[in-house]
Amino acid sequence: MDSIPLVDYLMLDDGPYLVANECTHCQARYFDRRSGCAKCGGQDFRSVRIADIGTLRTFTIVHFAAEGVEVPFVAGIVDCDGTSVRSNIVNVSPDPQHVRTGMKVRLTTVPVGVDESGVQALGFGFEPAE
Amino acid sequence: MAENVWILGIHMTKFGKHKDKDLLDLGAEAAIGALQDAGVTIADIDVIGAGNLMGAPGFGQLLQKQIGQTGVPVFNVANACATGATALRVAIMAIKAGEADAGLAVGVEKLAGAGLLTGNARAAEGGHWVRDGRYGAVAALDGRVGTETMPGVFAQIGMEYGHKYGGADFELFASISEKNHAHSTLNPKAAYNKRFTLEEIMNDVMIAYPNTRPMCSANCDGGAAAVVVSETKLRTLSTEQQRRAVKVSASVLTSDPFQEACQVLPDVNTLTRQAAATAYEQAGIGPEDLDLVELHDCFATAELVHYDNLQLCEPGGAVDFFKSGAPWRDGRLPVNVSGGLQSKGHPIAATGIANIWEIATHLRGEAGDRQIPGAKVGLAHVIGLGSACGVHVLEKSAL
Repeated sequence: MDSIPLVDYLMLDDGPYLVANECTHCQARYFDRRSGCAKCGGQDFRSVRIADIGTLRTFTIVHFAAEGVEVPFVAGIVDCDGTSVRSNIVNVSPDPQHVRTGMKVRLTTVPVGVDESGVQALGFGFEPAE
Repeated sequence: MAENVWILGIHMTKFGKHKDKDLLDLGAEAAIGALQDAGVTIADIDVIGAGNLMGAPGFGQLLQKQIGQTGVPVFNVANACATGATALRVAIMAIKAGEADAGLAVGVEKLAGAGLLTGNARAAEGGHWVRDGRYGAVAALDGRVGTETMPGVFAQIGMEYGHKYGGADFELFASISEKNHAHSTLNPKAAYNKRFTLEEIMNDVMIAYPNTRPMCSANCDGGAAAVVVSETKLRTLSTEQQRRAVKVSASVLTSDPFQEACQVLPDVNTLTRQAAATAYEQAGIGPEDLDLVELHDCFATAELVHYDNLQLCEPGGAVDFFKSGAPWRDGRLPVNVSGGLQSKGHPIAATGIANIWEIATHLRGEAGDRQIPGAKVGLAHVIGLGSACGVHVLEKSAL
C-alpha cells in the first residue's frame, strides 16, 4: 500500500525519522515551513535528522478534547538529544502509573487512515523504549 | 521624565452568567461604573483602549455609541487573555506620551457556556489526502501530534516544572485549586463561591491530567474598566479623589522571546520573568514588598510556575512556597484572594483589568470581608497564550 506522511517533517523512506529545518547561522530548529529564523533572523536553513530516541520531558493525559479526537490519550514533549518534539506517547496505558517524566521513548509510526485511492496516511508517536 | 499615571476609577461587573445582558450592556456597565467611581464623565476622557476577543469587531466604537461619542481616538486591541491589560497599557502609554490627561480602558467578554476552548473541532475527512499549512499536514494535528487544548498545554507546563524541580504531584496541583475556590467564598463578584475539599477536586471530571474540571478557569461573562489619569491631572482633583486613587508604579507588557522548544510547547515562563523583572525595576519595589498578588491561574498547573516566574519564591522553590501556606489569604503573601480564574471566572478580555480592580480595591481598603489588612502594594499578572504578558504594580495613595 502507498503511504503518505501526516506531516512534511516525518520521513517514511528508510525511516521512520523526523527532520527539522535548522538555521545555518544559529542552529535553532523548527518543524514548520520557515520564512526566517525566530532566534536570529537568519534566512538560510538546512534539513537535519532528529534523534529517534528521546526522554519524556513533560506530558498530560487528555480526557476531554475537540469532537473527533479519541480520548484518553497521552500528549507530551520529548527531548531528542537537545531538540524538543511535540508528540503523542503511544503503546502505553494512558494513566499516570504507566507514564512518567524522564522515561526513555522511541519514535514509531501510527496509522491515520486510508483515503479513497487506497493511500495510507501515517503519523508518528513515541513509545516506551525500556 | 514621563508622567506618573494613577487609577482614578475602576469597576468590574459581577462575573457569571448574564443571560439578559449582551457585550455592550456589560461593557457600558463596566465603563460607566469606572467613570462614576472616578468622579468624571466620558467628556473628560481623551483616549479609549477597548478589548473584546470573541465578539464584535470594532467593539470600542460600538461601546462609544452607548456611552458617549466624543470623537476621541479608540484603540481596539486583541492579545488573547492579556487583552484587558493591553487596553490599559494603551491608555497609560497615551498619558505617558503626553497625548492624553485621562484615558479609559475596557475589557469585556461573553463566554458563559463556551465549553472547552480548542478552536479546532475536527472537520470531516475524506476524499484524497492533501498537504496543507506550514507543516504540510494531511489531517488535523490536535490529538495526533500532542494536544492543542488549553488544559493540556498548561498541564504540560506545570508537569515540566515538576520534572525539573520535583515535588509537584497531582495532589499539590489540586491543593492550589482548593485554595482559590476557598478564597472565592468571600468574593461576591466571583462566578462561583463554592468551597471544594481536596478529595472533591481530585475526584472531579478529569480534563487533562493533572487538571480536573475545578482546576480549570471558569468560562463566564463579565466586564471590567478603569479610568487612568496623569499625576498632574490628579493634583487638580478633590482630596477624596486623590485619597482613593491608586498609583500605577509599573505597567509592563512583553511578548515571548525565542527559547529552545518555545514553538513546540508555549513558553509562558521567560516572558513573565522578564515582565516581572522590568516591573520591579520600574516601580523600585521588590517581591518582598508585595502585600498581595493576583496572578494568571488559568489552570492550577499554571499558578505554580508563576510563583517562581514572579519571584515570589526562590528559583525552583514554588512547591515549598505553596506548602508553607504563604499564598493563602492569611499567609505571608496572599495570591488570588479573589478566587482566581478557577473560581472568580475568566471572561478573557475582562481578566486583565479585573485583576487590577481586585488589587486596587484592597489598596483602597474597600474589599469588605476579604480585605487583606493594611495592603499598600500589590501586583497583577496576566498572560495570553501566543504569548503576551502584562504585569502591573500598584501602590496605595500616600494621602
